[in-house]
Amino acid sequence: MKRKLEVTELIFKIISYTLLTIFALACLYPFIYALSSSISGRHAVEYSEVVLLPKDLQFEAFSRMFKNNVFWTAYSNTLFITLYGTIWSLFSSILGAYALSKKRLLFRKFFNFFLVFTMWFSAGIVPQYLNYIATRKVFQGVGIMDDKWLVVIAMGMAAMNIILLRNAFEGVPSEIEEAAIVDGATEMQVLSNVYLPMSKSTIATVALFFAISRWNGYFWARQMMGNPNEHPLQVFIRLQLERYTDPDIMTGWSEVYASDSAIYALIICSIVPVLIIYPFIQKYFAKGTNVGGVKE
Amino acid sequence: MKVRAADFLVYDQETGTYREDPEQVVRDDVEKHHWLHVGRTIIKDWRLYLMLVPMLLVFLFWRYFPMYELLSCFKVDHSVLPVSQQLFSGFSYFRTLLFAGDGLSTQFWRALRNTFIISFYGLCFGFPIPIILALFFNEVKSNAARSVYQVLTYLPKFMSTVVMTSLVTMLVKQGAQTTNMGVISQLMVNLHLIPYEVGQGGLLNQPSFFRSLYEISGIWEGAGYDSIVFFSAIIAISPTSYEAAQIDGANKWAQMRYVVLPSILSTIVIMLITRIGGLLNIGYEKVMLLYNTNTYVTADVVSTLAYRYGMEGSGQVGLAAAAEMMNNVIGMLLVLGSNFIARKATNTSLY
Repeated sequence: MKRKLEVTELIFKIISYTLLTIFALACLYPFIYALSSSISGRHAVEYSEVVLLPKDLQFEAFSRMFKNNVFWTAYSNTLFITLYGTIWSLFSSILGAYALSKKRLLFRKFFNFFLVFTMWFSAGIVPQYLNYIATRKVFQGVGIMDDKWLVVIAMGMAAMNIILLRNAFEGVPSEIEEAAIVDGATEMQVLSNVYLPMSKSTIATVALFFAISRWNGYFWARQMMGNPNEHPLQVFIRLQLERYTDPDIMTGWSEVYASDSAIYALIICSIVPVLIIYPFIQKYFAKGTNVGGVKE
Repeated sequence: MKVRAADFLVYDQETGTYREDPEQVVRDDVEKHHWLHVGRTIIKDWRLYLMLVPMLLVFLFWRYFPMYELLSCFKVDHSVLPVSQQLFSGFSYFRTLLFAGDGLSTQFWRALRNTFIISFYGLCFGFPIPIILALFFNEVKSNAARSVYQVLTYLPKFMSTVVMTSLVTMLVKQGAQTTNMGVISQLMVNLHLIPYEVGQGGLLNQPSFFRSLYEISGIWEGAGYDSIVFFSAIIAISPTSYEAAQIDGANKWAQMRYVVLPSILSTIVIMLITRIGGLLNIGYEKVMLLYNTNTYVTADVVSTLAYRYGMEGSGQVGLAAAAEMMNNVIGMLLVLGSNFIARKATNTSLY
């Protein structure tokens, strides 16, 4: 039953492929350009001779950066914040979401509202700033001098992620839990042996959301961390960029490579870990948004 | 009020007498000692309630306490004192921001307008593109090819705001005597889209380019990722629906109109509610990373204004808090309002 309709279909198909290809290439191009520029020679970069492929290869920009101690400190700070921050956010979210998913919980409606309200109304950045300042005083009062812990503990919770987890836990059939309780499982055992394995993909997704937001965190880290030794990578990149666009220091840092190359090299280094794990996590992201992005 | 006796008494067949309903006795007891009962339940189930504690504390300390700090918009500025000890000043800051007619209120109105305009452009251009993209993804029947497209288009979403804005800054940077302008500006100059001087001066220093740069980079970053939810709604459509439409003589356009669109309408509505609800909740981080004193005219939004008043030196916390209060209250009304309308109109709602 193939018929004359094929023409419109064919046209649509051609348009789809063309525009998709253009968009996909546009998504990719800035990264390719950044990579090429970071390994091109000074003259080529400064006079826009690099458009797609590198020219006059040099690796000075990278090797100079790898010798920079501040860079490695920033990198390890980011790893610290990402690791502990994700663990802490995930820990408190899973426990809270588990309790919220139980019908027998008293004041359940109130607790849910307590979470959802923060999605509707936020205090805004200035009150949050005052609040973090006060928190920092409390933390220093009890002997936690390192602002990294402030960032880890006080920031990065998201009501949406807790709701995703709660919905996943509510989807676990209660018969399995009852069977476990009959067999003498405690609350913690029910959570760790029944609920966690059964909502693995949602937990992976939420963990990824947390990890990405920690890895990318910039604004509050910059506001709350006075000591440059505590700066995470994103703050370091931004400070370098600001120093670069400062007209006083506009001239090149080196004879071999342009100052642009230094910035691009930094950008490339900061996205490499994300790129490495990206193919593995990408499927979870697609799945996770299906699970809970839409709540009926 | 006394309940009728018949509700209390049940007939006991063994003894042939009436006696009190044991369940009702328990119910009465619970009612009389409500809080005692609540306490007992919590103690019996303490593990469950203990689990809530870390989450509740985080939200209480770092989400709700700031809301209390927000009250400083009604107080006389005294950053040294805690909010509770500051003097009440009524709506003076709100009056200053809204009606004073001097530099402050002009800036505030400008920021409010910019917030709306930037979000509104985002809604007009940023919202339909993911839907169109999802329709295109649906046309790619080979799984391998589709994965390649998806991997590439989701990619920018995983870059941080700092990396993204750094790339934008570098690609449209200003030229100098020894260095050339950014590669995108160069391209636009070569295509005669912008004059040479504009490109040489740096696009980010031109107020008229800020919004376009903001929206285009936003689409570049988010369109692929935002299309996921629409694409999964599209692939959930049963193939028989298309076949039926084809038999009825529907061409591609008619299939889109009568098969695909109705099937993904509820998803579109939900995403639209989220977008409209977030209309005033603009990504201040990105604005802060992209704007500069030259582009305040088109770029300054309420959050960045509040940031400059409250955190960057000048220390007018009360004014900043008042600005954010207005922004966030309107924002909340938008969330709840759009949700309400969607529920009435299409029976789909988010909350």
